[in-house]
Amino acid sequence: MEVTTTWYLVLGAVLFTLGTVGVLTRRNPLVMFMCVELMLNAVTLTLVAFGAALGDLGGQVSVFFVLVVAAAEVVVGLAIIVAITRRRPGTTVDDLSVLGG
Amino acid sequence: MDAAVFLISAVVVLSGAVGVLLARNPIHAALFLIETLFGIAVLFILLDATFLAAVQVVVYAGAIVILFLFVIMLLGVDRADDLGIEPIAGQRPMAAVIGASLLGLTLTTLLIAVNGPTGDAGTTAVLGNAETNTRLLGEALFTDHVFAVELTALLLTVAIVGAVVLARRISGPLQPLPGVAIAVANDQETEED
Repeated sequence: MEVTTTWYLVLGAVLFTLGTVGVLTRRNPLVMFMCVELMLNAVTLTLVAFGAALGDLGGQVSVFFVLVVAAAEVVVGLAIIVAITRRRPGTTVDDLSVLGG
Repeated sequence: MDAAVFLISAVVVLSGAVGVLLARNPIHAALFLIETLFGIAVLFILLDATFLAAVQVVVYAGAIVILFLFVIMLLGVDRADDLGIEPIAGQRPMAAVIGASLLGLTLTTLLIAVNGPTGDAGTTAVLGNAETNTRLLGEALFTDHVFAVELTALLLTVAIVGAVVLARRISGPLQPLPGVAIAVANDQETEED
């Protein structure tokens, strides 16, 4: 049985959906962040699979930049979570429905 | 052989993702995330993207998840979440509906509407095989995309500076940075009230 591109795309779709449901249902900001990472990984898998299907390196180059941006995003996001949690310990995203500190 | 590797990796990836979704303890969620990331790395190897597989393990499992674990332990938020309560009425049914629609749309597109990706073969850069992957990727990054690579260096520097500024502990009457003087002054006023 040969592994076609569609297999990878279906797996990416299922993984992206799981990440979406996680972001929508979980309340801990750290776990929501992890679900965003799941969605990013689903998309990188899709990009590499498309690149392999079309014989082009562009998909892998895109994934390289996605990785860098994901690292920067995690650093800044976790710093924001640390700053918020230091001020209001044990907070969830539902407690932060109002801006203003 | 390929199909077996794919199926095992897919099971690992999806079970890890479900674990992130259902884990009550954030540390367990982070460990399940590592499982998913390793499964994706195996799939990258299966797709002959060997360099990205190594980067996936080093950067994601080695740096990003460790950063998550650092923050969890630094803040002491490793208490278990109570997944039974549903603070917003109808949140989970709505999430289920949105997830089912998303999955239905993508699977319909992939499995029924078209059979695999369409379009011409790529012309911008040769893909190569597993042996030449790293060299070709490096050549593409440092010739065609060299400006973007320099921009990522700038982005990472900005991210580091931003993280240090955000996570800085403000304590006592300190000399504030010029840019944040107003914010710190407001903080002190509210604390005196």
